[in-house]
Order: sequence, then structure tokens, then C-alpha cells
Amino acid sequence: MSVNKKIVSDLVANQIGFVTTVPCKQLAGVIEEIDASDEIYHIPANKEDEGMGLCAGAFMGGKRPAIIMQNTAIGVTINTLVTLTQFYRMPLPMLISYRGELGEPVACQVEMAVHTKALLAQLNIPTYHFHREEDVEELDAILKHTFMCNKPVAILTDAAFWKGY
Amino acid sequence: MIRSEILKEIAPILRDKLVVCNIGLPSQELHLIDDQPSNFYMLGTMGLSSSIGLGLALSQPKTVISIDGDGSVLTNLGTLPTIANNVADNYILLIIDNGSYGSTGDQPTYAGLKTSLTRVAEACGCENVVECDASETASVLQQAIDSGKMTIIVSKCESGNIKVPVITMDPVVIRDRFMKAVQSS
Repeated sequence: MSVNKKIVSDLVANQIGFVTTVPCKQLAGVIEEIDASDEIYHIPANKEDEGMGLCAGAFMGGKRPAIIMQNTAIGVTINTLVTLTQFYRMPLPMLISYRGELGEPVACQVEMAVHTKALLAQLNIPTYHFHREEDVEELDAILKHTFMCNKPVAILTDAAFWKGY
Repeated sequence: MIRSEILKEIAPILRDKLVVCNIGLPSQELHLIDDQPSNFYMLGTMGLSSSIGLGLALSQPKTVISIDGDGSVLTNLGTLPTIANNVADNYILLIIDNGSYGSTGDQPTYAGLKTSLTRVAEACGCENVVECDASETASVLQQAIDSGKMTIIVSKCESGNIKVPVITMDPVVIRDRFMKAVQSS
């Protein structure tokens, strides 16, 4: 099974039926799989904080949500993560492309990469880092953990995990 | 008419609907006028009332009304294309457009100057966009509910606020009783 299919199959197995995405080159394959899935309502967002609002509504409507976005979005969404997702205690798995790590061709991406884990730590967001392909085996447990504890949880996926892009 | 007068008029219509209410004075006024478990009060996160309401409407069958302001819609303008392209016929976005940032001291917004949110919504692809005078809001809202079609209402009103206390209810309590209202038959 491809890593993209494995990710979507874990989302579906965990009853995640509402996924919002803002694209990243590294995430193109998984977004394509999400879009093709009959069991997931895929709603592209124009900005990641908007996406988190959609996810909050979906959760209160009885659907399990998830967001797929780039790590630059941490800068965009801090207020929403704190005053909506965390303040109201809502679960939100965040599958994040970790741009700016080894293999990154775009220098500017490194500028946000150096802040990514520090910001997530400052926000007390449980954070997992997928570096090798087999790390995806933990995704199922991470999703269960997210809906157990009702918190936003970050899954950082770097270029090595995606085998370049 | 000012926003609180509109809220007073539409409160009987809102009572048995799921309502997502904008941050600041709109939530505080609705809470004071007619607090209901089926009201989701935003205590933070300016701009996301329409997004939360759309996500909710797409995820369950009950009618959802997002109460938003012109300033908040301008903050999250990307919401209108998302709404237009993800039609939920149980969803109504009510933009109370007083042309100002009411909660922060009535500074003017661009919606009170050259920008028409009605035309922006139409240009984004929203199909049922109704602009009305504040005094018509209740009847336009009732018609939108009865139509069973996703509708964007832009209610033009005057700028102005009443003195209201802040909401001290815990956010988790707001969310919990709201989710119970969503699930109730």
C-alpha cells in the first residue's frame, strides 16, 4: 500500500469523515487520495484558520475532522488553535508537511522550519515527527490519542518521509 | 436600527435553530436577549463564525444560522468562495452589516465605504444573496429558512452598541450544551 493510501485508510478507519486541506507540494498525493475517497467529505480551505473553523463546526455536528496543511500554517493559525480548538477543547489531527528540513530546495522554507517545533511546544500541542516511511505505522495510534484527549495534535512529515517530492 | 434591535426581533426565529454567533458584542447581546443551549457563542477567534457554521451545516441536517458582522467577514473573506462551492441548504449566513467594527469602538470598515459584501458574495459564486434593510431582517430570515436553500443575508443597519456584560460561561460548557442541542431530536 502506498504511504498516501495508508494515511487515508487510517483516517477512514478512525471514522474521520471531514477533511479540510490547504495544499503543499509534499501533500499533493495524500490530498488526491482524500479527494477520491467516498468516505471523506473533502473541503479545501483558502486559509488554514478558516479550515480550523470548518473543522470545529464539523466536530460539533458529530463528524470527526482533520486538517492537512504546511508547517508555515502554524504561523497563520496560532490564535485559532488557542482561542477555538484548545479553549473549547476540541480534537484536531493536523497532518503537516514539515518543509525546510533536509533536502529542502527553497531557502525561505527553512525560516519557518526552525520555529515549527518551538511554536508547537510553546502551544503544548502533542507533536509527532515522521522521518522514515515506517513512522506512518504510528498514525493509527496518534489519531486514537487525538480523539481520546480532545486536543489538536501535530504530525510533522518531512521531505525524507515523503522521499523527496 | 442597530444590531441589538435586530437580534431582539429575530430572537424568536433563532430560538429553535442552531446558531453560531460572532465574537464580542453580538454574542454578548444574544446571550443577554435570549440565551439558549442551541447558541454557540464565540469567545475568541474573529472571523470564523461563518466557517464554523458551514462545517456544522455540512455535518448534520438541522438548520444552522451563522450570525456574522461585516468586519468579521472582511477578516475571513476567503470564507465566501468556500461557502459558494460547498452548498449546504440547511445553512444561512446572516451578515449584520453596520459598516463598522462595533466591538472595538465603531471604527469604520470598508463595507461601510466602497465595498459591497452583497456583490462580493455574488462574485464568489453564492447563489441566494439577499440584501435588506435592518427592519426587514426577520421576514427575510424566515423566508430563507422556509426556502430550504442556502442563503446569504446582508442586513444593513446603523452602527451602535448597548451596554452588555461579558459572557462568563466556560467555553467547554458552551460547547457541551451546544453539542447536546445538536444531538437532541
